[in-house]
Amino acid sequence: MNAISRRSFVAGLGGITLAFTLAPRRALAQQPARLPGSLDNNRLLDAWIRIGTDGNATVCTGKVELGQGIVTALAQIAAEELDLPLARVQMISGDTERTPNEGVTAGSQSIENSGIALRLAGAEVRAILLELAAKRLGADAAALKVADGVIAAPDGRKLSYAELAAAADLHREATAQARPKPASQHRIVGKPIARRDIPAKVMGGAAFVQDLRLPGMLHGRVVRPPGYGAKLAGFDQARIKAVRNGTLVGWIAEREMLQSRIARPLGDLAKPEEVEAGMARVAATMPGAGTLSVVRDGSFLGVIAEREEQAIKASLVLAESARWTAGPPLPDQAHIYDHLLALATEDKVVSEKQAALPDGVKVIEATYRKPYMAHAAIGPSCAVAQFSDGKMTVWTHSQGVFPLRGNLAMALKMPVENIRCIHAEGSGCYGHNAADDVALDAALLARAAGGRPVRVQWMRADEFLWEPFGAAMVMKARAALSPDGRIADWNYDVWSNTHSTRPSEPGGVNLLASWYLAEPQRPAPPRMQPQPNGGGDRNAVPLYDFPRQRITNHLIKDMPLRVSALRTLGAYANVFAMESFMDELALIANADPVAFRLAHLKDARARAVIEAVAKKGTWKPGERGNGSKGRGIGFAKYKNLATYVAVVADVEVDRASGRIAVPRVYAAVDAGQIINPDGLENQIEGGIVQSMSWTLKEEVKFDTNEISSRDWATYPILTLPEAPAVEIELIDRPDERSLGAGEAAQGPAVAAIANAVAAATGKRLRDLPLTPARVKAALAG
Amino acid sequence: MAINIKVNGATHSVPAEPDTPLLYVLRNDLGLNGAKFGCGLAQCGACTVLIDGKPARSCVTPIDTLGQSEVTTIEGLGTGERPHPLQAAFMTEQASQCGYCIAGMIMAAKALLDRNPQPSAAEVRQALVDNLCRCGTHNRIVRAVMRAAQTGGRI
Repeated sequence: MNAISRRSFVAGLGGITLAFTLAPRRALAQQPARLPGSLDNNRLLDAWIRIGTDGNATVCTGKVELGQGIVTALAQIAAEELDLPLARVQMISGDTERTPNEGVTAGSQSIENSGIALRLAGAEVRAILLELAAKRLGADAAALKVADGVIAAPDGRKLSYAELAAAADLHREATAQARPKPASQHRIVGKPIARRDIPAKVMGGAAFVQDLRLPGMLHGRVVRPPGYGAKLAGFDQARIKAVRNGTLVGWIAEREMLQSRIARPLGDLAKPEEVEAGMARVAATMPGAGTLSVVRDGSFLGVIAEREEQAIKASLVLAESARWTAGPPLPDQAHIYDHLLALATEDKVVSEKQAALPDGVKVIEATYRKPYMAHAAIGPSCAVAQFSDGKMTVWTHSQGVFPLRGNLAMALKMPVENIRCIHAEGSGCYGHNAADDVALDAALLARAAGGRPVRVQWMRADEFLWEPFGAAMVMKARAALSPDGRIADWNYDVWSNTHSTRPSEPGGVNLLASWYLAEPQRPAPPRMQPQPNGGGDRNAVPLYDFPRQRITNHLIKDMPLRVSALRTLGAYANVFAMESFMDELALIANADPVAFRLAHLKDARARAVIEAVAKKGTWKPGERGNGSKGRGIGFAKYKNLATYVAVVADVEVDRASGRIAVPRVYAAVDAGQIINPDGLENQIEGGIVQSMSWTLKEEVKFDTNEISSRDWATYPILTLPEAPAVEIELIDRPDERSLGAGEAAQGPAVAAIANAVAAATGKRLRDLPLTPARVKAALAG
Repeated sequence: MAINIKVNGATHSVPAEPDTPLLYVLRNDLGLNGAKFGCGLAQCGACTVLIDGKPARSCVTPIDTLGQSEVTTIEGLGTGERPHPLQAAFMTEQASQCGYCIAGMIMAAKALLDRNPQPSAAEVRQALVDNLCRCGTHNRIVRAVMRAAQTGGRI
């Protein structure tokens, strides 16, 4: 055992002792052969799978549960290859000291990258155990049979994994040479296994980081500035003492606090002597009151208290008394798209096909727009941090514990090895929300907590005002229709800010509080994300076979509002624009939308989902809407490399109110080999319903002073009575690679709804969301 | 200062100010996880508990308004061995994605089934109109409540 490269420790949760090495690829002497999926960067078998002397498996993944069911699906894959019952596979996910580094759990990539790694590692571990057993039994490995962790020779002698575990050396590099089971032998993969995380969620168990209670834990809250870039000039410490002394009368609702915050003029500069410098700590002097500390570092202002409601009260009082200098104004929302289009861009032609343009073409153009949208988790972001003996431990619902650790190290000016980030589930995030930001908040407060853990949860308004939104986008499409009604030329331009300001971006620190410290960090510069994943241009390259096309991505560098990854990145808006435009062209070509798509599409699996959804929804070619009722179709293969989804939506437009109802949605889905059909269906239906919410309701509102979407009244989402009936057909392809599906339905769903509205009313809406006001304006026009 | 409150059939003395919202007492003093902080504004329903059998938003309910009222949280419904029919139905239907809203959904559904043991799907949807779900689990939640109604949600 190499003493330097191998570390032992006792796991903080669960009491298991684990020892292994995470040898990154670059640390190895020679450049080895490329291994599939995440095995390539985490090449040791025991980084993924260990077999205990009880014969049970401990399986580690760098991917984390976000409510998408991934940990259950990965357990299915591992158990299948190991020939162990699911109950004997323990999963550990997202811990910088215990699991492989698989970057960020995002982009519908977990089944593809972590899944393939576990499949191959599982097959290899099983082969190693078989080989050992063969030697001991003096039998041919090929003649041995494995069931439930017991290996049996033809003569009936048996050896269990428990008996072999000690001798099995899994601390070796994976070869990816052991052949995984063929689909025909699968007994666990492909089954609708119940999710591991659900029982605690319905029984009131500790299921979330919000539920973590450590001994001696304190509660923290952060007082955020009145707007981006505002600087803290001062605050009133005497008022905080009043909170501790219990003289503050009455519970101040957050709503009132917000009103006072709005009413307070910006730019109210404090006198220099009032300006506190550095970190201030108010000593707790009242007997029995316990800790109540104010933590200030530059313009970062927070409070720590014994009790959560004390921390909230204190933060409200601090917010009331804090004086800020205003940051730069926000753009005028009425002209936001013009504002964005006037900003400097980095431009890239991401796809180009040349062909001669036939004579007599008809050129059609259209422009589509998508507003800023919020992740809007039901539970505001939360983290627990503890700083003791020079080590920082952070429990976080970050999508990427390793990138978070790297950014925390820079923000806290600590060596990365002194920070441990452990994933614990949070409320669904749907991309990069405030999960990482609150982790830094908690760490900053924990440094002032004398070794006690500090739990920080953002308030509702913090979550809306400070999360990085999904970027506003403009899509311009121009096509030429040949006289025979085919698309002869397709030009498509998309303008957008970046769709990733995650901590994984190089060249800066992407944690909110770090920009407000006395020694502030700089955010990482936005960069073009290459195809085929893309960023703003995700799914901007059509899967259709056009003879001539030019797709251009315009990355807007300046970010007037904070933005980052929201589920699907640019794909939701691009599929909306492209699939709307396909319908507009079909109408001009006097073609049925389904037939028009199929006429331009060679990909057999793409055709299959379109044909399947048309059949499921009994699509009638050439059927027109009746002024209020109509149906539409939308299709995409997510990122042009993941799950195929086609959606048909039925809408009913109330012409008087402009309200759109979506009574029914059909979907056909090809995700390759299905790991868990119930999980897949849950993700697809969830994606459709969430997309409908985005499409009909969601837009972040702001004026030049501030973001005005701050709660569920000012940022409404789809309620239970509004949800459509959803019918899904899963096309299982057991011999094809499993494809990521978590973000595959949103684009096709918005397109189907928008096309259905156009079919119903004869009016095309090109600006999202499809609000009653826009519908009424279109109907009047 | 200590205040007595009745939760899940037991009386607890909690060292909190009278104006403290019930939510923080449930979570931090009594160690109950079910009621969640979602908005603090009575808008989302993640903190829903029953007070004398009626659904209430614990995030805006000061503890000194409770008096002798009985508070029921999801922890008071069933146990791991004997889950309440609603809890069992939510597991059977896998009616959860992230699950943050689910305890509030179940408590609001409990109040509905106690009042109307055989609701229509439309009545279920309407009863849960002020409980927000962000993952799009809407239909599974309705199916779970309907299943619980069929299997005797009123216990």
